[in-house]
Amino acid sequence: MDDSVYKADALIAEDINAYLEAHQRKSLLRFITCGSVDDGKSTLIGRLLYDSKMIFEDQLAQLEADSKTQGTQGQEIDFALLVDGLSAEREQGITIDVAYRFFATEKRKFIVADTPGHEQYTRNMVTGASMAELAVILIDARKGVLTQTRRHSYLVHLLGIRNIALAVNKMDLVAYARETFEAIVADYAAFAQSIGVEGFTAIPISGFKGDNITALSTHTPWYQGPTLMQHLEEVELDQQIEQRAAFRMPVQWVNRPNLDFRGFAGKVASGAVKPGDEVRILPSGKTSRVDRIVTFDGDLEMAIAGQSVTLTLKDEIDCSRGQVIAAAKDPLEVADQFEATLIWMDEEHLIPGRSYYMKIGAQTVSATMSQPKYQINVNTLEHAAAKTLELNDIGVVTVTTDRAIPFVPYAENRELGGFILIDKMTNGTAGAGLIHFALRRSQNIHWQAMDVDRAHRARLKNQKPVVLWMTGLSGAGKSAIANAVEKRLARMNRHTFLLDGDNVRHGLNKDLGFTEADRIENIRRVGEVAKLMTDAGLIVITAFISPFRSEREMVRQMMEPGEFIEVFVDTPLQVAEERDVKGLYAKARSGELKNFTGIDSPYEPPEMPEIRIDTTAMSIDEAAERIVDRIID
Amino acid sequence: MSHSTHFARLESEAIHIMREVVAEAENPVMLYSVGKDSAVMLHLAKKAFYPAPPPFPLLHVDTTWKFQDMYRLRDKAANDAGMELLVYHNPEAMEKGINPFDHGALHTDLWKTEGLKQALDKWAFDAAFGGARRDEEKSRAKERVFSFRTAQHRWEPKSQRPELWSLYNARKAKGESIRVFPLSNWTELDIWQYIHLEGIEIVPLYFSAPRPTVVRDGLILMVDDERFPLAPGEQPVTRSIRFRTLGCYPLTGAVESDASTLPDIIREMLLTTTSERQGRAIDNEQSASMEVKKQQGYF
Ligand SMILES: Nc1nc2c(ncn2[C@@H]2O[C@H](COP(=O)(O)OP(=O)(O)O)[C@@H](O)[C@H]2O)c(=O)[nH]1
Repeated sequence: MDDSVYKADALIAEDINAYLEAHQRKSLLRFITCGSVDDGKSTLIGRLLYDSKMIFEDQLAQLEADSKTQGTQGQEIDFALLVDGLSAEREQGITIDVAYRFFATEKRKFIVADTPGHEQYTRNMVTGASMAELAVILIDARKGVLTQTRRHSYLVHLLGIRNIALAVNKMDLVAYARETFEAIVADYAAFAQSIGVEGFTAIPISGFKGDNITALSTHTPWYQGPTLMQHLEEVELDQQIEQRAAFRMPVQWVNRPNLDFRGFAGKVASGAVKPGDEVRILPSGKTSRVDRIVTFDGDLEMAIAGQSVTLTLKDEIDCSRGQVIAAAKDPLEVADQFEATLIWMDEEHLIPGRSYYMKIGAQTVSATMSQPKYQINVNTLEHAAAKTLELNDIGVVTVTTDRAIPFVPYAENRELGGFILIDKMTNGTAGAGLIHFALRRSQNIHWQAMDVDRAHRARLKNQKPVVLWMTGLSGAGKSAIANAVEKRLARMNRHTFLLDGDNVRHGLNKDLGFTEADRIENIRRVGEVAKLMTDAGLIVITAFISPFRSEREMVRQMMEPGEFIEVFVDTPLQVAEERDVKGLYAKARSGELKNFTGIDSPYEPPEMPEIRIDTTAMSIDEAAERIVDRIID
Repeated sequence: MSHSTHFARLESEAIHIMREVVAEAENPVMLYSVGKDSAVMLHLAKKAFYPAPPPFPLLHVDTTWKFQDMYRLRDKAANDAGMELLVYHNPEAMEKGINPFDHGALHTDLWKTEGLKQALDKWAFDAAFGGARRDEEKSRAKERVFSFRTAQHRWEPKSQRPELWSLYNARKAKGESIRVFPLSNWTELDIWQYIHLEGIEIVPLYFSAPRPTVVRDGLILMVDDERFPLAPGEQPVTRSIRFRTLGCYPLTGAVESDASTLPDIIREMLLTTTSERQGRAIDNEQSASMEVKKQQGYF
């Protein structure tokens, strides 16, 4: 090991204040390491931690002991064991995730996102890469550029990482051969160029032996540098680039401690701002000037990308969470339809047309995705047609939001061009998206006064209103199926309402009995209520015996054509009577109950129901699935 | 502090996280354990919401066995910040007189783990800031900033969400809650140096001073009050000690040290050869214990 590592030690012992001075001025680089299993990722990270003195003696003693028992390197220290805290979890079946590790050199502090190279790889890598400014792509010198290398590089590039360090590892196992290194670099360069990577820095290393990690190796006299550590210390930070862009700050929180103070708190996403600067609030388009930049440590003369500040404005204008304060002369675009790349992260696949929450900047809106225009095979980078996106799939879609939102293309700004999608039922993070560009611009937004009619209400709910009218004998299974249908629809974020004997007989129709006239009136009222509900845009499910053809026909006539869907829950009398869950058939047979359908009152089965369910041949869930499939396209 | 340093970025990130929680949670609270990490977290909260005071209370889940100095600083810090301080004692632990001398692991379980759940339920908090860091332990390296808990306060590995960019998904069903760790990306060195740079007040026990001590199971323990059981004829020995972490005084081991200023402490920390958690009795069990504790709702 080289001795530069010990310089810090000497300084700490002799002049701690000078050391602290230096530490205080360090910048921060977040990076991600990518490699296939056994390329030496853990070994390299362990080596970086070790070489930057992040390992304590108790940990080292443990490491030496573990290396002998569990290590893969004989009697030598196996650095991989330092970071393999995840192996235990693997055995316990706990989800493998992104692990974050920390180390510092004399110049910089580093946060490493370490993504294990197993299943869920795309999801984890994308997560780790989203915050990284540099990627170390590991290649096993014996194997060269593999499919995985291409996949990693594509993802890293997709997520907008500008700096790629190609670490050609295990050079000790190829006798530090220059030709091997150069062949791999040439191979990689051709591929990198083909996916639009502008440049990369290739370094021949041995994570295990320590070559070219912190000091140039005598084994590779043909390589002039930089070392991996040096490269990590010197690469330009994104923050420096972001600072040169136009000013944008999403408002996270409005600070109103009293009537005299109204501050807009947020983290500057790009550019810089000074008191007196003219700013525009988006999407409202209102303009004002910055009055003060308020912080706990006193007012600032200037705030720049990356800083969390609180701005006050000269004018009393409306501005709330999610809006973006931007340079007035260079405001950002506002739109409600975009093309975007989507990375799916949920076990449940993307449902095109379904409404998800979309969080972008400090704003959460509702959004629907189109069917993918195409899906990208991360191994071959070929485009393929797709109806949906499954876990770890990547595709390009059209995103439509329920209102216009300010944004910046992802390629220009990650904070205002990257979004997550949230499943409205589970609240889980279902996907991540990168905005390419707006498809429908709303440079000038004037909201049109609109007629709120039934079509509009239905559109808002993203669904076609219908009445699912279940008819059948008592005990046929109408309520059970109706319930299952409603649950299924709710899971798909459809807005529904279930009308059945329970919620109608006790209120609206409390005054009705079971004579023929009352039964018809019962159905008429249910029909009217169902109609109002379809006007409101709902999917209405009803569960009434409704034995007479004429009354069902009456309800059908109330509805718009195609809206009434008659579902015949077909259960033979004998079967229903055998089930007799409520004991009603027994009572009817004994004469205790009068006018009981099927016994002493007729049931007229539908002649041409839209859907017929044979409950002797189908489970409740199968029936529900069949019905839902019929009405949802 | 220059805007491009790692401190500026860590600070800005923590402030951003706290503001997100306040904007999205219904009833947030800050878990305040009076240690150095809590001190930094509280300081950052003051920055995040300035000129308003932080818009949530501080919650101390107490065991009655903390160092006296901790109680003093706790009350003062809450008062200085203009924040409400909630102190919770698990009534069952209180009634049974649970203590670290007689009850071992049950002490932590009842006072802290159960106490925390009870307190969160009592006030119906749906988001709780905690000062845990990813560098503390191998198994914490992959902990999320927003960590989800079921209505029973369990940590389900399967329901943790990927965190991309600085977009935190704070949505949850009724009854579920979130633990939020704004200091996730800070290291122990960062914490100490930030305390130094910002002049944050911390419990004096972190600084070396002559204190009455006894040695138990290889740990140097401080005799902080008369409840400490001494062997017949045993006299506490005065040693120059300080603490690298603070908890219940009968469970927290001291180190012998002369470090009486923050730079001294940092020097000692950097040159020291053992990791922070060695002084905590709770961790000397199997390595996965933190994971198990988390699942049970310990933090
Ligand atoms: N000879 C040699 N072996 C290495 C090197 N880097 C890693 N290894 C070994 O390759 C194997 C896999 O390494 P590991 O770091 O666990 O790979 P990971 O799956 O990418 O994290 C282990 O046996 C390592 O000791 C290297 O530079 N040279």
